[in-house]
Amino acid sequence: MAHAHAHGHAVKRYSGIMDWLTTVDHKKIGILYLIAGGFFFLVGGLEAILIRVQLWKPQNDFVGADTYNELLTMHGTTMIFLAAMPLLFALMNAVVPLQIGARDVAFPFVNSLGFWTFLFGGLLLNVSWIIGDVPDAGWTSYAPLAGTTYSDDHGMDYYVLGLQIAGIGTLIGGINFLVTIINMRAPGMTFMRMPLFTWTAFITSALILFAFPALTVGLAALMFDRLFDANFFDPAAGGNAVLWEHIFWIFGHPEVYILILPAFGVISEVISTFSRKRLFGYSSMVFATILIGFLGFMVWAHHMFTAGLGPVANALFSIATMLIAVPTGIKIFNWLFTMWGGSIKFTAANLFAVGFIPTFVMGGVTGVMLAAAPADFQYHDSYFVVAHFHYVIVGGLILGIFAGLHYWWPKMFGRTLNEGLGKLTFWTFFIGFHLTFFVQHFLGLMGMPRRIWQYLDGMGFNEMNMISTIGAFLMGFGTIFFIINVVVTAVKPKNAANDPWEDGRTLEWTIPSPPPEYNFAQTPLVRGYDAYWKEKMDGHSGMTPAEPIGPIHMPSPSILPFFMGLGFFIAGFGFMYAPDWGHFLGTDLTNGHALGIFGLAIVLICMLLRSVIDDHGFHIEEEEILKDLGGKA
Amino acid sequence: MKRLAPLMAFMVLVLAACGREDLSTLNPQGPVAEEQFGLMKTAIMIMSLVIVVVFAISLYVIIRFRRRSGDKTIPKQVEGNHKLEVIWTVIPIILLIILGVPTVQSVFNLSKDYSNDPEAVKVIVTSHQYWWEFEYPELGIKTAQELVIPTGKTIAVEAKTADVLHSFWIPSLAGKIDTNPGGNTNHMYFSSPKEGVFLGKCAELCGPSHGLMDFKVKAVDPASFDRWAAAIQEPVALPSDPEVAAAFESKCLTCHAVGDLGGPAFPNLTGIGSRESVGGILVNVEADDKKYANEDTVYNNLYKWIKDPQEVKPGNMMPTVDLTEKELEGIAQYLSELTLDYEQ
Repeated sequence: MAHAHAHGHAVKRYSGIMDWLTTVDHKKIGILYLIAGGFFFLVGGLEAILIRVQLWKPQNDFVGADTYNELLTMHGTTMIFLAAMPLLFALMNAVVPLQIGARDVAFPFVNSLGFWTFLFGGLLLNVSWIIGDVPDAGWTSYAPLAGTTYSDDHGMDYYVLGLQIAGIGTLIGGINFLVTIINMRAPGMTFMRMPLFTWTAFITSALILFAFPALTVGLAALMFDRLFDANFFDPAAGGNAVLWEHIFWIFGHPEVYILILPAFGVISEVISTFSRKRLFGYSSMVFATILIGFLGFMVWAHHMFTAGLGPVANALFSIATMLIAVPTGIKIFNWLFTMWGGSIKFTAANLFAVGFIPTFVMGGVTGVMLAAAPADFQYHDSYFVVAHFHYVIVGGLILGIFAGLHYWWPKMFGRTLNEGLGKLTFWTFFIGFHLTFFVQHFLGLMGMPRRIWQYLDGMGFNEMNMISTIGAFLMGFGTIFFIINVVVTAVKPKNAANDPWEDGRTLEWTIPSPPPEYNFAQTPLVRGYDAYWKEKMDGHSGMTPAEPIGPIHMPSPSILPFFMGLGFFIAGFGFMYAPDWGHFLGTDLTNGHALGIFGLAIVLICMLLRSVIDDHGFHIEEEEILKDLGGKA
Repeated sequence: MKRLAPLMAFMVLVLAACGREDLSTLNPQGPVAEEQFGLMKTAIMIMSLVIVVVFAISLYVIIRFRRRSGDKTIPKQVEGNHKLEVIWTVIPIILLIILGVPTVQSVFNLSKDYSNDPEAVKVIVTSHQYWWEFEYPELGIKTAQELVIPTGKTIAVEAKTADVLHSFWIPSLAGKIDTNPGGNTNHMYFSSPKEGVFLGKCAELCGPSHGLMDFKVKAVDPASFDRWAAAIQEPVALPSDPEVAAAFESKCLTCHAVGDLGGPAFPNLTGIGSRESVGGILVNVEADDKKYANEDTVYNNLYKWIKDPQEVKPGNMMPTVDLTEKELEGIAQYLSELTLDYEQ
């Protein structure tokens, strides 16, 4: 490789805060995603608690009507884009390269850029709380409510620009994982030997590649409507409001599968490991994942059954949506039969995974119910829908993320989370979750629309709303127990073994916890599915190396991605406030536009620097690797 | 049993057909809601079966195959089982066919357009932030907030909006239809075989008072409906007190209409004294029947609304009108007595 000349380059390896700002190491970027995603999860969770406090009794005045709409908008937007997505990226970064026997992702610089654009986009969106103009048209932001006629403050601008910047990060992250999984697998790691988490990360990345551009186009069009007086979605000027619904859901429905597929992957790994059994029906699991990903693009209009698309469209989208139940059912039964005949150990991680199965089935069956268009006329935009998507997103995705975090925590940090506190987290969160959302099915069926600030007394909604609020607090306590667990664990000695669960099956458990910067001292040779398990069963203590020990080429750290994210953040701010801030030194250029151009100039200069400065990376020398090996072995 | 408990609760609640008769989708009062409830029941039955099977297998597996402490045995590594995998692919497909066929039938059935049916009563529904306008084009009537319909007749709805997206929903009579802006009008139909008042809701986020954008559907016998249609078109006298009349004319009728007086932009007030509620949410009851915070006499409700409309429905278009206490009381009194006598 770049062996010959790279030797001559001494690249600075930073420490402390500079290390975190400049890192291109997928493991550290995974931790950054975890911290940022965790932070936004707490913000979104707090918003949820405030929503539930407002609804705990009829005609409550805890928050005003405007604030309530801001809370529900920011709760949805934050949880989907700034909590769930980054937490998945945290797991994917932490685990996928290790599972395929790679030393990093394909484009480490891009990986870091993806994180920083996500973070600055998310911060831009949330700065709206500090400024006081908060998005309030729902996370779906339907036109014309989201247009300038009906939302004339800057709230929706934060949504439009914040999400566009964060979306860049997601898109390039997805491309990065596609290329990584296609190109960087260890020798012998064929596609049909890939662990299921890697498979789901792969399919999710493909969905990101096709779905996020639709969102980008929609947001760009809405941005033109709002900032430059275009009329894409303004019916008064010949635009079409239903067009936004189509664009949003062509992105929005695949987004649901972008979220849930990696959770399916986590559950497959955790259940298999703690049942000490090979995943039942591996190839049908892979096939089901691909099929769900494909069908996910064919069903967006089931979010629009009441928009008046006509009976032919409604019938076709009903049937297409129902079809998704088949591959999903295959997965459910494969998990159950993975456990069947196994030796199931109920660690905290496995509790979350096993709790996931019935919970997700409950969310899945209501999904099929919603697919029947005429019945959906009744469910649509009622609390039934709220119950349904929280069952799949919280009961599915969040339980999956918790399972994954408890499972891979020792690999990420070298310390195993406290099992007792983990189980306490599970039970509080799990019971709280069902208390919160189970009753909401009935609230919806009894006629309670969603996104309402108040409900009147005497409607029969009081008791169930009270139960729901109590459940929300329990979920809050569950989350607090998890944070306590993280803190308690952080002060324990860093002593996790390579394979702390002792039943590890995949490559990440063959290397130290946490792994060295270069992951694998020697790239492993993969001889089958569940590569590590196969070696164990054949009586080997580790993997057969596919190469001799030698210097390892590493990418150099860079501060440029941080500044590019910052540049976008500044530019977003500038363009948003262009009409408000007067003119730059008396010229035609507004101060806001000047700031916007300045921000974009930072981005472009960083890109120029990246293009003109040769970066050969550096080598970790044999002595250092041997020292690491000696120290650990 | 622990895991089955929610399921049992679910079935009990469904079978009990819970919820208010005038509001719940589980307690349908008209043929459209009934057809939708029928489909919901089929779906709930199939889904309950699925849940029972999954929960039963989960429970069995969790109990039967838990690891005993110190157990070091390695279970048999099963790759899969073609027979089983075919079973759990084919059975869901059969279940989906059972659900899919009536779904498609019902989709086409409910999309029928009655707007050219001479037997049907045509209504143009126009949604506004945060109120509903109902126009009967054949009868030349425009009213607001309360949709009066004759029992047994099909109501052919043409739905549109004057501002943002809303959604027209009468849970106990029919599922919802969005009111789109810009000429994307939608059609739906429903009917009520029984007399009664049914609660209607806005089901699409439309601004701060979205949750308060309620309306009523009042089904009366056809003869009463005809009397109502005649009564609402009668001319209306202004308040007898000249001071109140002057205030009403200059400060109310600029936006609102009564009888043939006033402007059409905002809710028509003809007959407001005999409506079920003020502003859709302040329910009118006799003074002795007050039960909830949003219930009061029609006079008190009108007074409360006119005095501070933003307090009742934040973000609505009605300003706080500058009225003296006497004018306010006089107008509230006048409106509360602006009734239509059509029920027998």
